[in-house]
Amino acid sequence: MESKTLYSQRDPSLKKRDDFEDILEERRNSSDLRYALRCYTPVLYKGMTPCKTTILKTIVLQSDQLHYVINQVAKETGEASDIIQEEAVNILEEMAHRLQLSTIRFFAFTLSKAFKTLFQSVRVNEEGIQRLQQAIQEHPVVLLPSHRSYIDFLIMSYILYTYDLALPVIAAGMGKYLGSYFLGMKFIGEMLRMSGAFFIRRSFGGDKLYWAVFSEYVKTMLRNGYAPIEFFLEGTRSRTCKSLTPKLGLLNIVMEPFFKGEVFDVSLVPISISYERVLEETLYARELLGVPKPKESTSGLLKARRILSEDYGSIHVYFGQPVSVRSLAQGRINRSQYNLVPRYIPRKPSEETQGFVNDTAFKLVRKQEENMVLRPWVLIAAILMQNLDGIDSALLTEQTAWLRGLAQAFGAFLDWPGQEPVGKVVSSSLSLHHGLVRVAGGRVQLAQELQETASPKEALFNHAVCVLSCASYRNQILHVFLRPALLALAMDTAATSRKDDVYSSFVYLRNVFSNEFILCPGAMVQDFEEACYLLMKCGAVQILKQDIVVTERGQPVLSFLSGMLEPFLQGYQVVCRYFSEEVSEGLAEKQYIPAVRSFAVKCILSDSIRCYEALSSDLQKNALAALLRMNALRKAKVADQATLKVNKMVVKTLEDTLGGKVPAQKPVLARL
Amino acid sequence: MASNGNNSERHRIAHQRLRIIAGHLLNEEYRGTTRIFANDCKAKLTDTNPIVSRTVPRKRQEIMKWNGWGYSDSRFLFNKKGQAEFTGKRYRLSGMIMPGLKDWFEGTFGASLLHKTPATTAVNTSMVQPPSLNEDFIQELKTTGVPFSLDPEDRVFRAHGHCLYEIFSLREGKIGRVPDMVVWPNSHNDVMKIVELACQHNVCLIPYGGGTSVSSGLECPPEESRSIVSLDTSQMNRILWIDEKNLTAHIEAGIVGQDLERTLNACGYCTGHEPDSMEFSSLGGWVATRASGMKKNIYGNIEDLVVRVKMVTPRGVIEKSCQGPRTSTGPDIHHFILGSEGTLGVITEVTMKIRPIPEHKKYGSVVFPNFEQGVACLREVARHRCAPASIRLMDNAQFQFGLALKPQVSSIFTSFLDGLKKLYITKFKGFDPHRLCVATLLFEGPRERVLQHEKQVYDIAAKFGGLAAGEDNGQRGYMLTFVIAYLRDLGMDYSVIGESFETSVPWDRVLDLCRNVKERIVKECKERGVQFPPLSTCRVTQTYDTGACVYFYFAFNYRGLSNPIHVYEQVEHAAREEILANGGSLSHHHGVGKLRKQWLKESISGVGIGMLKSVKEFVDPNNIFGNRNLL
Repeated sequence: MESKTLYSQRDPSLKKRDDFEDILEERRNSSDLRYALRCYTPVLYKGMTPCKTTILKTIVLQSDQLHYVINQVAKETGEASDIIQEEAVNILEEMAHRLQLSTIRFFAFTLSKAFKTLFQSVRVNEEGIQRLQQAIQEHPVVLLPSHRSYIDFLIMSYILYTYDLALPVIAAGMGKYLGSYFLGMKFIGEMLRMSGAFFIRRSFGGDKLYWAVFSEYVKTMLRNGYAPIEFFLEGTRSRTCKSLTPKLGLLNIVMEPFFKGEVFDVSLVPISISYERVLEETLYARELLGVPKPKESTSGLLKARRILSEDYGSIHVYFGQPVSVRSLAQGRINRSQYNLVPRYIPRKPSEETQGFVNDTAFKLVRKQEENMVLRPWVLIAAILMQNLDGIDSALLTEQTAWLRGLAQAFGAFLDWPGQEPVGKVVSSSLSLHHGLVRVAGGRVQLAQELQETASPKEALFNHAVCVLSCASYRNQILHVFLRPALLALAMDTAATSRKDDVYSSFVYLRNVFSNEFILCPGAMVQDFEEACYLLMKCGAVQILKQDIVVTERGQPVLSFLSGMLEPFLQGYQVVCRYFSEEVSEGLAEKQYIPAVRSFAVKCILSDSIRCYEALSSDLQKNALAALLRMNALRKAKVADQATLKVNKMVVKTLEDTLGGKVPAQKPVLARL
Repeated sequence: MASNGNNSERHRIAHQRLRIIAGHLLNEEYRGTTRIFANDCKAKLTDTNPIVSRTVPRKRQEIMKWNGWGYSDSRFLFNKKGQAEFTGKRYRLSGMIMPGLKDWFEGTFGASLLHKTPATTAVNTSMVQPPSLNEDFIQELKTTGVPFSLDPEDRVFRAHGHCLYEIFSLREGKIGRVPDMVVWPNSHNDVMKIVELACQHNVCLIPYGGGTSVSSGLECPPEESRSIVSLDTSQMNRILWIDEKNLTAHIEAGIVGQDLERTLNACGYCTGHEPDSMEFSSLGGWVATRASGMKKNIYGNIEDLVVRVKMVTPRGVIEKSCQGPRTSTGPDIHHFILGSEGTLGVITEVTMKIRPIPEHKKYGSVVFPNFEQGVACLREVARHRCAPASIRLMDNAQFQFGLALKPQVSSIFTSFLDGLKKLYITKFKGFDPHRLCVATLLFEGPRERVLQHEKQVYDIAAKFGGLAAGEDNGQRGYMLTFVIAYLRDLGMDYSVIGESFETSVPWDRVLDLCRNVKERIVKECKERGVQFPPLSTCRVTQTYDTGACVYFYFAFNYRGLSNPIHVYEQVEHAAREEILANGGSLSHHHGVGKLRKQWLKESISGVGIGMLKSVKEFVDPNNIFGNRNLL
């Protein structure tokens, strides 16, 4: 009885979620101009008055922390401290936002126009908005939206303006080379600055001064609660629609004022922005395949006006439950460690703290995933990806209905249109995504541009663009099926049905793929239990005392689930094969992506695999990280070049294990 | 020892001086009364002529409440008209009506005068466990002639301090483990005899001074199976000698603060040690808990005032052999005694610094636009080391509270003036009445210097937007600290419970600590089902070179809670954790006792605990002083 209540508590299908309201509806019925000029009076943290940007800069420049670092840097470099101070002023100048209501109003007007042409609706959970409004008044708030598109933060500010909430200041990346990302688009960059964006260099590793200015700038805004701070946990746009492994730098910074007792609490608000069609859809696939992308420039963006003639469906924005850093840290962080050294002296976070921040980051990304709204097309894409040769449309409809049931049982946040029959839903999804699929003769197939003149390699890449675009939709639902799918795969690879063996296998696979998917570090047991529970609940397996047994009707479920991960499995095998077959001495790290790519092309053309994911630089990078982590590779400096050295034994074992030739090692070993 | 006719002139002068005594403490009408029997001061007296002044009788319950704070005749109550009134004649506020208190009380706590939660009126002696006696000990004690008692009321009175849960239980008539007997030694030698007998017969001794502990220090350990003897030092209250050459006085440790001050004042001196509990707390208690007085900026805290201490331990008497002002003779053994909280022995006599009574004394107050500015000002004052005898900063909630305690004004003119002042501060100066806060000041010293000092402090205050707000507000602020303990009893009559606690914290964390602790209290109350937001307020009460002492008041209405004391304790626990997390100390002056000993190890490290343990082990191997404080 007791275990039953325990289970029902974590039954994902019972998760309560809010309803959505379409904010474009009102825009379609009333004047955009009046909307842009309306009275805007947001509530602020503890009744603070917003701070002028110049005052903010002064506070930062006069802060003890910055002074300390300036003096330190001056001592180290031998420069006069006022020169360093000058440098700090410049850094701040380059970084700081210049939030202006007039610019916001301009955006409110133009975006209203643009959104109405691009999207059918922009739907927001109003209860989330109310929670946010409450949170803003109580504690400093950090907004953490998912990142799938350039327009994510425009959408965010647009919504907050619409609901009369405090406008956020947004951390935006500046690109490795100054000016290559947003700043390059000079005018747009300045516009974004005036709508609250502040710009951070992409890499400033050892630059103490930069770090000091940057962290103090963010912390000052947070401590004083002048505005909610917004940044992307994933660090960059996900080109695959899978959530990316979170970056910790900014999260560390926004938590520090709590650790140091400078604020009572900080609220972290995970926000999930789901697009029915991402504006950058095929652009991403090209990028992943290394097909040169159009340069990001103002004129390039203007050309993108072509986009405006297309229908991009709906956007769903879900404001999650604010998460209190204080309650998360309860019992995990000993705040008194900060009491014995002046707080303005920057210190590296302790291991305990880093672990905590990392766990929190994963938790938040999972929250983002959970609240992503999934459209029927995502289910269809998942099916199509397992039928690359095409599928009978009646069968597709039938399978979609089946998958819908499974997804719901696993707690997916599906947005299924009312009472419409499945067939109709499928056909309207197909027509919205007509660029990716063709329906001909009762068969549904991925679109394939057949060009007579194209070389086999070109044809291959053309097809791959289509496959990877479609895969990005399947990826959206991966998080729902991920754990059961890993279990299904583990049951395949494990030698026996003994629970222990399956668990070892599960842990092994989970470890291999921990750069590929969002898997909270250290949560092996929870993930395994969750997977077991879900598969048991849908009747696919029976969990006995010692064994896990597949039921009769469970077979199709399990094979579908493992089929979902198959491309990744194959992709990793390709990378392993590359290293075991093609690399002898070592490989310059720079060469890695192009080399693996051409190896994969070779494999596909020779028909030894059909896995287009192996061409994706995202998978390649993740596999590289995994191999490094598992000591199959190590980095060494050879003649001033970062070089990858291969441990053939380990690579071979990994390849064989993934190929199901040998059972997974014991988890103890696997963790090494 | 009473005065005789031929020195009536000196008597008169002495009385005049007496009037200066802690003005906030005493009733102005006292001049006419005969309550105080200060002996005529024999200035060149020797140890054969000790000065005695007794206000604390052996039967404490004759003048003091057995289940509340202070004198039986002094209490707050809501009269038939629903107005708050303070009874008795002892205090300036006595007999006055405070028209604002009811609204404040009801508004702050959501309490209602209709919902009374009265206390049990008398000790139910049948509830008191019969004493478990060590007959051999008693037999031998009788031969020494030291008075003792087995009376349940005497024993109950010495079984508690003034922690909230202790008083709350008494009001509900609940009585736990109490001492099995009470002894009243009359001198150091009596104490020697008692300790010797206790060691001989393995009896547990718990020293008792003024009974004002707020750290569960007096609580009898329930697991103690031996006979517990409460050693009440109240009868050891003579000033044995005054050394005017060196400005020291040798005093028996049982003397309570007000008697010490009054008696010394009569001779033209003072110690300047004025903890808020000075009416009742004793010299020995101050030493044993490392007490702090509000005027420490001039006179120092107890550790600065003590020149020599005598303590009787199971191993014998510990004392230093000279009165040199400073020595380099290894670790200062006084620091084993200071803060030992009755775990090592009984402090019997103390040689203490004294000072001539200051020529001039002046109160003052400053209004700041907000607490942040106020703290910045105090920090600046500390940086310049120009803090007046006392400087305290109340937050807004405490300022409002102070207003609620304003007695009914006698003339239309003063109320008109008050209104004008308020108008000036809030309208003209633009202070937000819900953010402003007040610092109260007390200057002491030669007239010239006081005026100069005053100017210096007000100049600094002005830099932080502070406006001088008059002597009256300042004086009322200090008076409040003496009556606030009485107010808790009033609260408890109407289902409001509360407590104060303190800490010390480096300057850079004062604001963060105050904000976080107050907010934590509010949050914890909410989470534990307290229906109405609690009163959660603080003040900065002491400044040091490197930090400040912060004092919190916390109270809430417990209607609807099934176990209010448990909730209270959980919240207090959380508040202490928050203090420690924010860089505050475990205690600035209340001590550790049993209430806070769970945190002592993390405060002073395992090695530190080991050091204390080994001292205890040597000094008191059989745990005769078994109150189990600290360790």
